[in-house]
Amino acid sequence: MEHIRTTKVEQVKLLDRFSTSNKSLTGTLYLTATHLLFIDSHQKETWILHHHIALVEKLALTTSGCPLVIQCKNFRIVHFIVPRERDCHDIYNSLLQLSKQAKYEDLYAFSYNPKQNDSERLQGWELIDLAEEYKRMGVPNSNWQLSDANREYKICETYPKELYVPRIASKPIIVGSSKFRSKGRFPVLSYYHQNKEAAICRCSQPLSGFSARCLEDEHLLQAISKANPVNRYMYVMDTRPKLNAMANRAAGKGYENEDNYSNIRFQFVGIENIHVMRSSLQKLLEVNGTKGLSVSDFYSGLESSGWLRHIKAVMDAAIFLAKAIMVENASVLVHCSDGWDRTSQVCSLGSLLLDSYYRTIKGFMVLIEKDWISFGHKFSERCGHLDGDPKEVSPVFTQFLECVWHLTEQFPQAFEFNEAFLLQIHEHIHSCQFGNFLGNCQKEREELKLKEKTYSLWPFLLDDQKKYLNPLYSYKSPKFAVLEPNTVSFNFKFWRNMYHQFDRTLHPRQSVFNVIMNMDEQNQQLEKDIKDLESKIKQCKNKQTDGILTKELLHSVHPESPTLKTSLCFKEQTLLPVNHALRTIEGSNPADNRYSEYAEEFSKSEPGVVSLEYGVARMTC
Amino acid sequence: MDEIEFSSTGSGWGPRSEVLAVGWGNSCETVRWLLPRGLLNSCPAGVASCPASSCPFPSPRSPRLTLLESVLLLGPRPTTGGMEFSELIRTGRAQAKLLRGPEAPPLRGTLCVTGHHLLLSPGPQGTSDLWLLLLRSVDSIEKRVSGDSGTITLRCKDLRVLQLDIEGVEATLDIARSIEALSSLESVITSFPFFYRPKGLRLGDAWHFHPPERYYKRVARETNAWRLSEVNEDFSLCLSYPRAVIVPRAVDDDALARCARFRQGGRFPVLSYHHAPSGTVLLRSSQPLTGPQKRRCAEDEELLRAVLAGARPGAPGFILDTRSAQAAKQARVTGGGTEAKAAYPGWKRLHRPLERGRPLQESFVRLVEACGDLEQSMDGWLSQLEACHWLAHVKEALSTACLAARGVEREEACVLVHGAEGTDSTLLVTSLAQLILDPLSRTMTGFQELVEREWIQAGHPFQLRCAHSAFSHACPKHEAPTFLLFLDCVWQLGRQFPLSLEFGEGLLLALFEHAYASPFGTFLCSSEKERCLCEVRTRTHSLWSGLNQPKVRRKLRNPLYVPNPLAIWPSVEPQSLRLWQGLFLRWIRPPEPSQVAWEKVWQRLASKEKTEGCEPTSKPQL
Repeated sequence: MEHIRTTKVEQVKLLDRFSTSNKSLTGTLYLTATHLLFIDSHQKETWILHHHIALVEKLALTTSGCPLVIQCKNFRIVHFIVPRERDCHDIYNSLLQLSKQAKYEDLYAFSYNPKQNDSERLQGWELIDLAEEYKRMGVPNSNWQLSDANREYKICETYPKELYVPRIASKPIIVGSSKFRSKGRFPVLSYYHQNKEAAICRCSQPLSGFSARCLEDEHLLQAISKANPVNRYMYVMDTRPKLNAMANRAAGKGYENEDNYSNIRFQFVGIENIHVMRSSLQKLLEVNGTKGLSVSDFYSGLESSGWLRHIKAVMDAAIFLAKAIMVENASVLVHCSDGWDRTSQVCSLGSLLLDSYYRTIKGFMVLIEKDWISFGHKFSERCGHLDGDPKEVSPVFTQFLECVWHLTEQFPQAFEFNEAFLLQIHEHIHSCQFGNFLGNCQKEREELKLKEKTYSLWPFLLDDQKKYLNPLYSYKSPKFAVLEPNTVSFNFKFWRNMYHQFDRTLHPRQSVFNVIMNMDEQNQQLEKDIKDLESKIKQCKNKQTDGILTKELLHSVHPESPTLKTSLCFKEQTLLPVNHALRTIEGSNPADNRYSEYAEEFSKSEPGVVSLEYGVARMTC
Repeated sequence: MDEIEFSSTGSGWGPRSEVLAVGWGNSCETVRWLLPRGLLNSCPAGVASCPASSCPFPSPRSPRLTLLESVLLLGPRPTTGGMEFSELIRTGRAQAKLLRGPEAPPLRGTLCVTGHHLLLSPGPQGTSDLWLLLLRSVDSIEKRVSGDSGTITLRCKDLRVLQLDIEGVEATLDIARSIEALSSLESVITSFPFFYRPKGLRLGDAWHFHPPERYYKRVARETNAWRLSEVNEDFSLCLSYPRAVIVPRAVDDDALARCARFRQGGRFPVLSYHHAPSGTVLLRSSQPLTGPQKRRCAEDEELLRAVLAGARPGAPGFILDTRSAQAAKQARVTGGGTEAKAAYPGWKRLHRPLERGRPLQESFVRLVEACGDLEQSMDGWLSQLEACHWLAHVKEALSTACLAARGVEREEACVLVHGAEGTDSTLLVTSLAQLILDPLSRTMTGFQELVEREWIQAGHPFQLRCAHSAFSHACPKHEAPTFLLFLDCVWQLGRQFPLSLEFGEGLLLALFEHAYASPFGTFLCSSEKERCLCEVRTRTHSLWSGLNQPKVRRKLRNPLYVPNPLAIWPSVEPQSLRLWQGLFLRWIRPPEPSQVAWEKVWQRLASKEKTEGCEPTSKPQL
């Protein structure tokens, strides 16, 4: 609180980022310990979490006041004009302090209190159980076992304690191999394909330099390929561009020499490093943030940013991995440099293609817990949770989410969750509101006592599950057992709903999704009503054996319905004239939130009696 | 496209039997055998034999006897500038294999060229499906021979690419030459629509679906300031206008005649749309013939003054020129120009340059080329998408239409739109503006009426603009995909307001196909006058009657439609515009799972309708 000098500024203008006519809303700006809040004259609230702020800029003073531009990690950009420069300066300084915390303990998660008691909180943390997940995959089994080698994080600090390795790999082999791998991240199981008996394994680069070799490491790889009874050779995927991998040899690192390892097939897949990805996103945001952007500039900007090219590269790598398992029945070992960025992307996407469980809401949480959180993707550094090295920040996880989004676009029926789910997760990797994504590895998380001091995100998402359901999901369809996406270039599109999530004017004004969701909800209600009615009929039959009453029951419902039905129609109609005043030329008045109003309207539950009418119609036809 | 008419004939049994069919539409959907089962069974070769004398449908008036009438009897007979179709057909038939893209299985059978169609009839052992293609829809043809067989690649106007593997070098060359000759015939009255007699439709039925009088009736209910003038009854004033146009009541026919002489092609300002809530109007015309001497025309000035007077008092006027200020000025050299400010008090001029003609056609060609290259890298694709400028044209068209609509609705002004001839960009802007403003034009019927009124009757030269599509090697003369650009813009609107259009993508795709090649007469010719001369209305069927058959109409509907009485303002930011994959990649990408998903939505809605027991009302209450 000591950073907050001004808590309230009145007469602040909020500019619309894309409006060419410099439209603005006037309102009051509040600064709280956790949020920046803007309430406009229509009483609409805009909340901005301090941790979401990526950049605050104070622009040159203008006649109308002092402009303050805030860029957020969730790609929201707000442009305020504060009437007095002093206020602007105060807020600017406060936000600079509040958005960059030096200590974990100062993050929002440690003060966030959703009114749960301790046992509820603990239950929340236990929702995702990775041991359970490995059991679901079918390990341990005759070929794979749980190793306790890393019990006290002795071998590898950034790995979890529980690691699954080939049964024939003894502890000395593991220890030996870990010494030959960057950061001690030796090859371990990431996903086991039960039907094919093939495995996805992950590790970091070998410390091979130009000629070094390690017998234990060679043994461990051999053990992995032997653990696959069908196919004796295995793939080793280096997800880096070949040039990068070769450059690493000079630093005593590098890649596996095919001659030293028996039965491996080595493959580069060429995903760029975190620095390239960071600047690529930077360029992308620069392009699409331009006011009055022309179509040519947009596409040439999209091209020169290289963003979609990188997304395609990640996707292609995942497809290569999935094919190796599905078509060749071969196990695959994936690594990059340290094995926590690109490796996490490829392993998790590959598993997502192979296993439909990961395409459910719960399964997707498990996937993130397994391949990202537990295997030590450095969330805190990559998301810049603390005031740290800006060179460590990179949108690696965002890319993963975008790849998943592209898959949902290509396979709209294969996912239980919808886009809102992905966006919500993206929101929370930066929000620091829940403990899940704090810290850089499991060891660090234990030291922070996150399970005691913070809450887990997953139970909250599960409680809200209804919002994240994909109405088109058909889990039964065998077509979607394994996804085989087509990565022809025109299948990759700019993800407007992510990068312009808060620029409502750019989005369609009506949502098909909401209509379908609403219909599904109605149907469920109807089916419930049918059951109720049926049971009532049964009761009546039991009481009186003549069926006249049953008919009466039906008739008594029917005459009411027409009037109710019209009222339903009217409800939808009347909502439109209310918006009449909001009509604008570009449809871009910030107040013109027809889109969200539709959404709210459609998400309201229907009056029960209306449903009855449908119910009767169903029953009679 | 499911309503398919079929009839057959043959000169006897055996291999000489010929199966001929007329398909619904120009699509080469496999033709379903619709002959009575008994007849079918009696034919050992799976081919019906039907000598004219014993034909079960002997009456030539019978709508069922389409094929006999259209292809066999009439088909070869009409002459094409003294030449008979039969002279152009060098080979009757050949054995061939047809490849229809990556997904569809190849078809084998007897290939046969008739006056208007290419048919492939599978051998007797094959299924009873017959494949056919309207020759008019072939855009370019490429032949290759090797050994004793040949390959013909047909690129169609609807952007489909077909490959025919034909046995015999001679046969290949002959068939290629026949297709080439027959697909490029320019004569209108020998074109297929004049022979097409589908089942269940009567000639002349739908030509009166959307007459100009009908729109006038609507305007007359809203205001008294406009009248229907039949000054162009004999097309003497303006070749490209219909017989009746809506003009200010205060201006008499003599004044109109003088106005017409002051406007290029005689296209004097006429009413395009009356916006009842604001009482203002959208007008269209061609450029004034001011010329280097800066001529003026008192009647023209009077007409525009009357327009303002007829609207709300004090309403401003905007002249939206679809050329740049520079281009408009330059047009004076060739006798054209633009309205002088001093001569038209109350009117303000705006310039919004829209690309048309050749650059637009080239943009279309480049985009289609880019879409055909599946191997290219991400960067290559994005740079080609940028370089073809198609989406830039979409953005420009939409934002200009928004501007016109904004003028009418928000500024409560009268807006006159014109470019040079007033038959391309002008129509693009006025029709899109109406779609944005007018809820009625977003219904199935309203949209058809809009296309009929603002494109066909307004004199968009379809015959010239749609002579070739994107594959033609011929140097473009008058071709331009202006109408396609309009459809693309409508599609973008539909994507941004998925519940507000009563029709779906299917209708737009059908209009695209039929504008370029159609068994119906609707898009024939370039003006009303030509249509009258060719007797299109009495001798061909209207596309609208085809599309409005209940079964077809159901498929073209947007199942999610909810009437929306508001204006729909689209976002025209590049991030909000998408490539229309359903059209440009229609034949390239495999059937997408997303389509499957859409079908699921459809089913669900259909079952919902069933339970509701009625179709949702389509007319918004205004």
